[in-house]
Amino acid sequence: MSSASVQIIQAVMLLLFAPLAAGFISTCKARLQNRRGAGVLQPWRNLRKLFKKEVVMAHHASWVFRFAPYIVFTATLMAASVVPALLVDTPLSLTADVIALVALLALARFFLALAGMDIGTAFGGMGASREMTFSALAEPAMLMSIFVLSLSAHSTNLTTMITHTINTPFALHPSLAFAMVAMVMIAVAENGRIPIDNPTTHLELTMIHEAMILEYSGRHLALLEWAAMVKLLLFSTLIVDLFMPWGMTAQADLTGVAIALGLWMVKVAGLLFVLALFETSMAKLRLFEVPEYLSGAFVISFLGLLSYYMLEVGA
Amino acid sequence: MSAILIQQLVDGFAALMLLTSFALLAQHRMLSVLHWFAGQGLLLAATAAIVAYGTDNEELYISALMALLLKGMLLPWLLRRVIRQLHVHREVEPLMNSSMTMLVALGVTLFSFHIIQPIEKTSLLMTRDSMAIATACVLLGMLMMITRKKAITQVIGFLAVENALFFAAIGATNGMPLVVEIGIAFDVLIAALIFGLFFFQIRTTFDSLEVDTMNAHLIHKDDDE
Amino acid sequence: MNTAIILALAACSMALIAALAPLLLRQPVAQRTGLSLLLAASGLLAMIAGICGLILGGDTLILPLGLPWMPMHVRLDALASFFCLVIGSLLLPVAIYSQGYLRDETRLTSLAIFMPLFVLGMLGVVLSDDAFTFMLFWELMSVSSYFLVTFKHENLENRKAGFIYLLMAHMAGLLILGSFAVLYAAAGSFEFSAMREAAISPFWASAAFLLAGFGFGTKAGVVPLHGWLPEAHPVAPSNVSALMSGIMLKVAIFGFIRVCWDLMGSGDFQWWWGALVLAAGSSSAITGVLMALQQHDLKRLLAYHSIENIGIILIGLGLSMLLAHFGHPMLAALGLVAALYHTINHALFKGLLFMGAGAVLHSTGTRDMESMGGLIHRMPWTAALFLVACLSISALPPFNGFVSEWLTFQTALMAPQMGGALLTAIVPFSAAMLALAGALAATCFVKVFGVVFLGHARSEVATSAHEVDNWMKVGMAIPAVFCLLLGLLPVLFIPLMDRVPQLLLHASLADSIHAHGWLWLTPIDVAHSSYSAPIVLIGMLVLGGLAFWLLHPKGRTIRRSVMWSCGNPHVNARMQYNATSFSQPLRRIFAGIYRAEEELHIERSRHKLLADSVHYAVHVGDMAVQYLYQPIGKLTLYIAKLLQHEHQRGIHAYLAYTFITILFLLAVYI
Repeated sequence: MSSASVQIIQAVMLLLFAPLAAGFISTCKARLQNRRGAGVLQPWRNLRKLFKKEVVMAHHASWVFRFAPYIVFTATLMAASVVPALLVDTPLSLTADVIALVALLALARFFLALAGMDIGTAFGGMGASREMTFSALAEPAMLMSIFVLSLSAHSTNLTTMITHTINTPFALHPSLAFAMVAMVMIAVAENGRIPIDNPTTHLELTMIHEAMILEYSGRHLALLEWAAMVKLLLFSTLIVDLFMPWGMTAQADLTGVAIALGLWMVKVAGLLFVLALFETSMAKLRLFEVPEYLSGAFVISFLGLLSYYMLEVGA
Repeated sequence: MSAILIQQLVDGFAALMLLTSFALLAQHRMLSVLHWFAGQGLLLAATAAIVAYGTDNEELYISALMALLLKGMLLPWLLRRVIRQLHVHREVEPLMNSSMTMLVALGVTLFSFHIIQPIEKTSLLMTRDSMAIATACVLLGMLMMITRKKAITQVIGFLAVENALFFAAIGATNGMPLVVEIGIAFDVLIAALIFGLFFFQIRTTFDSLEVDTMNAHLIHKDDDE
Repeated sequence: MNTAIILALAACSMALIAALAPLLLRQPVAQRTGLSLLLAASGLLAMIAGICGLILGGDTLILPLGLPWMPMHVRLDALASFFCLVIGSLLLPVAIYSQGYLRDETRLTSLAIFMPLFVLGMLGVVLSDDAFTFMLFWELMSVSSYFLVTFKHENLENRKAGFIYLLMAHMAGLLILGSFAVLYAAAGSFEFSAMREAAISPFWASAAFLLAGFGFGTKAGVVPLHGWLPEAHPVAPSNVSALMSGIMLKVAIFGFIRVCWDLMGSGDFQWWWGALVLAAGSSSAITGVLMALQQHDLKRLLAYHSIENIGIILIGLGLSMLLAHFGHPMLAALGLVAALYHTINHALFKGLLFMGAGAVLHSTGTRDMESMGGLIHRMPWTAALFLVACLSISALPPFNGFVSEWLTFQTALMAPQMGGALLTAIVPFSAAMLALAGALAATCFVKVFGVVFLGHARSEVATSAHEVDNWMKVGMAIPAVFCLLLGLLPVLFIPLMDRVPQLLLHASLADSIHAHGWLWLTPIDVAHSSYSAPIVLIGMLVLGGLAFWLLHPKGRTIRRSVMWSCGNPHVNARMQYNATSFSQPLRRIFAGIYRAEEELHIERSRHKLLADSVHYAVHVGDMAVQYLYQPIGKLTLYIAKLLQHEHQRGIHAYLAYTFITILFLLAVYI
């Protein structure tokens, strides 16, 4: 199998498994709360229903509102196809490094925020304002974690970083531990999960992501929800790639890819279960405690940097 | 266990020590501060045990046990009793807001790293990397004492400084002589007991345990006389 | 004499002719056309001169103008060619834009004289090769821009803005003169070629660096010397603001690079220079964007963003200085290229933003964002072009802003451990601050585009806005196209820019950039990092087109209805978010920095639980002005008051002063 075909399989896999991942999380949460839950396939059913429904737009919605779902969806999908999940060295991984990946997601967020402002309701403006503010405050922590990761691998290219982690013998690196904690905290913030935002809330004043997409219907809403699910799976894959990449295959042969696929599913499922556990046991933070959470993530990643220089370079 | 693994464990514990010092500064609730303080005690015990194993130093095992009992269990229990009986308001009240404190803490850590770097190079011990972290933890404990309004949190800051000094001792000289260690431990224990007694007395006289209120009361007392 | 320098001098002559043209052309229509035509020609010539200079190499020339014993030295080297390109690439579209923008003005004479003089000053500064020519054209640039800023001098606030602008420009000029004096003392001659060769002691080199840094920094708008920028840029006519923000700030950066890197030499950098520039850049970036977020005057907001972007350029320059000092020439070249790329990017997208703001001002008559809204329906072309600029300044792919920020990040991330703990930590900290500034800029531009163009119209002026004419559209379209090209094809542009680090640092990036062909940008090594904008764009277009084609129902148009608004569609235009409310979370988070003054007044005439009207006002002042400028101003006035008495003594006092001075001079000199 050529690496190009594995690349395509990877991208399609991330796209198709994303609703499944979202369903897995909600089922875990349901079981933890002593409920049955709607089933792992429910997000699939929701998307299918939404795609069939008619779209209704406000009279004064502009082309920004109309085309934002497509831009958000394609930017997120493009970012997802750049992240290697099964094969370490894919053709597209040279297209964008980690920083460009973050920028693609920022492009999606920009248009989502504009779409929120377009209709001129207070809810859309509120969602846009909060989303852009908190994602701006999350950027320094994200960059600092990436910096700590790139220090030992001397690169921001995902393939190089994964190869470096696989090839170095296992050792306890405090800097990587700190970077992982910071990255997980940022991933929770970026995807709008508890404790930053409640993805299942119906109270408008507590919404951040939902408030921006309040006016959407039909296939547009389906694209936006699917993009959010792909983003969650993308972040999970990224964390698995950067911190626990063992099992990913270097050659594009069938057995290697199959094993990598199995291991990837196990690792991502574990990560998502831990997320469900945290979501069940914590309450959403008050809005103005979120900057403290984000600066805490920055402090932890900066500690990772300091412990790299203090403990790992001197030795 | 190989020497490299022991070295890495010590480094890992040093990093966790730094994390606990930061966490002490970041907490909002009094009981969380106590929990992190107890955690720091456990961490110290573990570090002492590992270093004892690595250097075959019997005395350090005893130090580890004392750290576990005193700092990990007895002191937190005493302080929790004091907090309960005094009905202290459960929130930590800092002088500057949380983000500012964090930035200053980062600056202090960077400063201690800068200062200790040349000294670290001259040491041959397995724990030399942790000297900078130990210095940083001492300074962070002092920072905690400076930036808190409640007397109890200032005492915990003082105890955190003592913890960090213990850690520094393990790092710099592979533990202090046992006699010194036992002496210091009992001094700290007596200090904690006396603090507890004093808190009762202060509380009865001033109706509050906030340092500023005590100050104000004293000033007014001078005015009356 | 090669082609490039002839073209550059031709550009200068065009500007000079344009300045003299109002002597012959008296009618406003003729003046406007003459101005636009000649300045467009000048811009085109400058652009071609810049490109030729970068490809073919430059030349020097001595013109028999100026003082008898000090003729004008002119040099077009790689650095000057690059900045000629920057000047030309914005001047051309602004000139075309002016043809439409100035249509409604009746008295154009001062604009028609001083705008070409301003351009002549900038071109002269870039081309000059000795200190006297440099200062001559620098002052020409400053003074003519003063007249441009106070074009509408009937307004009191315009006159005040002009005053503080002139004051700080003169202070900058004095500091720059000071640094040239130090260099003259070391070299013995005013010519730059002598200054390059001269040896200079580290103490005097630091003195020259500090004087040049503060002088050029004032003119570039580095915090805390930026007090004039948010006052002067909004009150000038929008085409002039575009030139000032887009080009004049860059000429200050050019001056700084010329004095520190070229005349003093990159081998002489001391470690704290780079650290100081890096710190100044980071604080300018953060302060600029935080202040910009709280503005509701569109042009003032854009002026604060200029401060932020100058900070980003300085971060690249500071990194480069640090890396050069610690002996990493390749990475230093990368930092320099990143800073220069951001220079041309900022010129283009800031010029486009100011032209768009001018279009909105022209159309609605106001700069206040709180009265706008829904303009995308009334001004679709302006909105689309403004969106391109918003995407570029927010550093989003596939536009040009992202490429320069990416290159700056790569420089910071690849920098090895340098010096002690302080330097090792300052580099990643600055990179984190750069990330924060970039993300906050995106926040601010969601606010700008959302409040101005999207939503409902908030006032009468917004409902009656009209689209602008073709001249202004073409003027705005040209930088938009350049932004896209610079974003998609950095691999073609960087080898052109590569001449500058070759000249200043003797290091070249050409091999590594080209390593994988025109499609991939690999600044150091493909294993380190790479980015391919065309593939990203094509990928997105393919995926998006596929999604649209599969999903869009053929033939039917989308049904329109009232907005959902959670089942309550009876909202009026005042209920939507505006600029002040959008930035409220940040105002609260950074309350310590802003120290906003708030006023809330609720009227309850009928019952204490029923509010009849609510009046809320919030004012965020500039901290540098409040805590630095005003105290200095008060101190100066106080000293002046003390000395006031000395003016009013009688004739005996003055005779006594003269007598004492004669005694003193006799004692000292004999």
